[in-house]
Amino acid sequence: MIRNQLLICAGGACITSGEKSVKDVLVEELAKNGIQDEVQIIETGCMGACDLGPIVVVYPEGTFYQKVTPQNAGPIVSEHLVKGRVVSGLLYRQPTSETRAQTREEISFYTLQVKRVLRNCGVIDPLSIEEYIARDGYFGLGKALEIGPDAIIQTIQESGLRGRGGAGFPTGIKWKAARDASGSPKYVVCNGDEGDPGAFMDRSVLEGDPHSVIEAMVIAGFAIGAATGYVYVRAEYPLAIERLEVALTRAREYGFLGRNILGSGFDFDIEIRIGAGAFVCGEETALLRSIEGKRGMPSAKPPFPAQAGLWGKPTLINNVETYANVPPILINGAEWFRSVGTAKSPGTKVFALAGKVQNTGLVEVPMGTTLRELVFDIGGGIPGGKAFKGAQTGGPSGGIITADYLDMPIDFDSVKELGTIMGSGGLIILDEDNCMVDVAKFYLAFTVDESCGKCTPCREGTKQMYQIMERITDGKGTPNDIGKLKTLGRVIQQTSLCGLGQSAPNPVLSTIRFFPDEYRAHIEDRKCPAHACLHLLTYSVVSEKCVGCTACARQCPVQAITGQVKKAHVIDQATCIKCGSCYEVCRFDAILKE
Amino acid sequence: MQINLEERLKENPVLRKQFDELDAYIDEKAGQQGSLINVMHRAQEIFGYLPDEVLAYVSTRLQVPRSTVYGVVTFYHFFSRTPKGRHTISVCLGTACYVRGSNSVYDKVTKSLGIKAGETSPDGRYTLDLVRCVGACGLAPVVVIDKDTYGRMTPDKVVTLLNKYV
Repeated sequence: MIRNQLLICAGGACITSGEKSVKDVLVEELAKNGIQDEVQIIETGCMGACDLGPIVVVYPEGTFYQKVTPQNAGPIVSEHLVKGRVVSGLLYRQPTSETRAQTREEISFYTLQVKRVLRNCGVIDPLSIEEYIARDGYFGLGKALEIGPDAIIQTIQESGLRGRGGAGFPTGIKWKAARDASGSPKYVVCNGDEGDPGAFMDRSVLEGDPHSVIEAMVIAGFAIGAATGYVYVRAEYPLAIERLEVALTRAREYGFLGRNILGSGFDFDIEIRIGAGAFVCGEETALLRSIEGKRGMPSAKPPFPAQAGLWGKPTLINNVETYANVPPILINGAEWFRSVGTAKSPGTKVFALAGKVQNTGLVEVPMGTTLRELVFDIGGGIPGGKAFKGAQTGGPSGGIITADYLDMPIDFDSVKELGTIMGSGGLIILDEDNCMVDVAKFYLAFTVDESCGKCTPCREGTKQMYQIMERITDGKGTPNDIGKLKTLGRVIQQTSLCGLGQSAPNPVLSTIRFFPDEYRAHIEDRKCPAHACLHLLTYSVVSEKCVGCTACARQCPVQAITGQVKKAHVIDQATCIKCGSCYEVCRFDAILKE
Repeated sequence: MQINLEERLKENPVLRKQFDELDAYIDEKAGQQGSLINVMHRAQEIFGYLPDEVLAYVSTRLQVPRSTVYGVVTFYHFFSRTPKGRHTISVCLGTACYVRGSNSVYDKVTKSLGIKAGETSPDGRYTLDLVRCVGACGLAPVVVIDKDTYGRMTPDKVVTLLNKYV
């Protein structure tokens, strides 16, 4: 007889934080106390609060234990489960008071979220199809088979669901186009090539709730008349691939995949295709080439994949998060879906909060939530009392939302007006220590690296822009560099073949628009206000503070520091390579970095 | 090339076993459209890298021109044409890691191992790679060694960590 369940978060971040050894200790402790038959351990998908991991939740109470280690995990069994005493030391401490939260319902990180896409992540065992079914899993498929293809597509269209991969194209229109297209066979593809650095929502859905994607793909196959589906997952996500494989096998065993699904006479099966590390493969036409086993190079649209996709046949392609939205829409209806979010962007969006924010992790909020709510109410603000400078959305294809727009509701259209894109939902928070010129250069380096080389504006143009950015951060910029960057950026945006090139200049153009002073400081004053650009830094000794301990002189790799013992030292600027060792080693704050 | 390989297979049972393993996988995927990338993944798992003779072999077995095989292998970052060290260290330079200082972690690794990204140490112990986001952004900066992921890295911590991988 099971009296308690221990949910252990087995999301990517918690595994990294030592989830496996915590689990081993818990198993051992259960056996030691002789209650291994009364307590069930379930490893779930990502619970979202990556910063608090590893996380253990005790049910039925829902007690939320955070930052559990193999050393402190024992009392969860010996105290909580055996003696019924909550282990208060492992509870979450509220940031504004001395009290501790007992359950997720008392933590603002969770209470402000609306979990639809992540409905099962962190709640069920992703390897168990029974648990998925118990949470209304595959009911959407049942409904779909009952109402037929036209009604399915009509429901999706009425819901107003827009593609969560970045561009926000209406999903229903895509489905209709694929259904109406002539040609056979047709294919259903899931884009799980989450390449934007700083985005991990698709990974969490695939790892934490793989059946939701499988169910949606079967529905899509039935709606457009396809018999084969492909899930394209990037090779960097081995755990997602592993769990997806298990889920596919289970789904076949239960008759949700394969021949004559649920007795409807409809056949459908899904294959996994693994990426091989090319960012451009997130672009749909490039991804289709990669599934065909070729170099992942994009092609001009039209023809759109719905007309001529995989092997030239009509193909429906959506991303992971878009698919995860589909089953609940079929169960609850279009109206339900539109009940949260904005009029033009209904539903929720999953964001990956990362960078300089207190609570990093995965959050799902209604469209139209403000950046302030995301960063400060849910994210807990900026660590170390630093000032918020901006949030980068859309990865290398996006731009910055600055502090002035903290109260603007975020949806597909509002972010576009600011010159950025929603992207897949990566939200990198930047603080006063981040140099905007340096961050923009970083993204450009990424696109230069990842440009497939097929079209000239992207291949050559991004490289030229990068060289100008490098000049600026090296302190060799000239006043007309900004004009050149803007012109080049516009040309690349307008003439590149695919989304990668068309959006590659965004980070630079966006930072020029919102942080012109920082560019000017680099070019005219040869200074980096955030002290991030190495070549624009100088290190010097504040002679009043220097006690002559010689620590810096001994540490300096190029012997640029001289001075006598117990006397103030001096750094020779011509020799200094700006490695910062002296700054790190000085215990008297006597090294000035400016 | 083919004849050469046949002879070498006779003399080298280890190589024979590796090619048998690859053969079994190709047979399993027979008839699957566009299986080249999956086959190359498996080949790299078996051989550790993708030398010319493996490319030639796959080309013949899958009836795909060698130029196509070569084109695919060189297009994707994941495929390596040179042997890897016993341990592969991947320092993440994705955005979340970058803004939290992963470049200083990377610099420390290059300094202490004396190799740059894409290189293997002379003793064959380490290969250093740069990756763009492994999706563990919540724990940035992140370093992946072989199949283990380590979060909240610092230049000091990474050196201690490296020493554990002999």
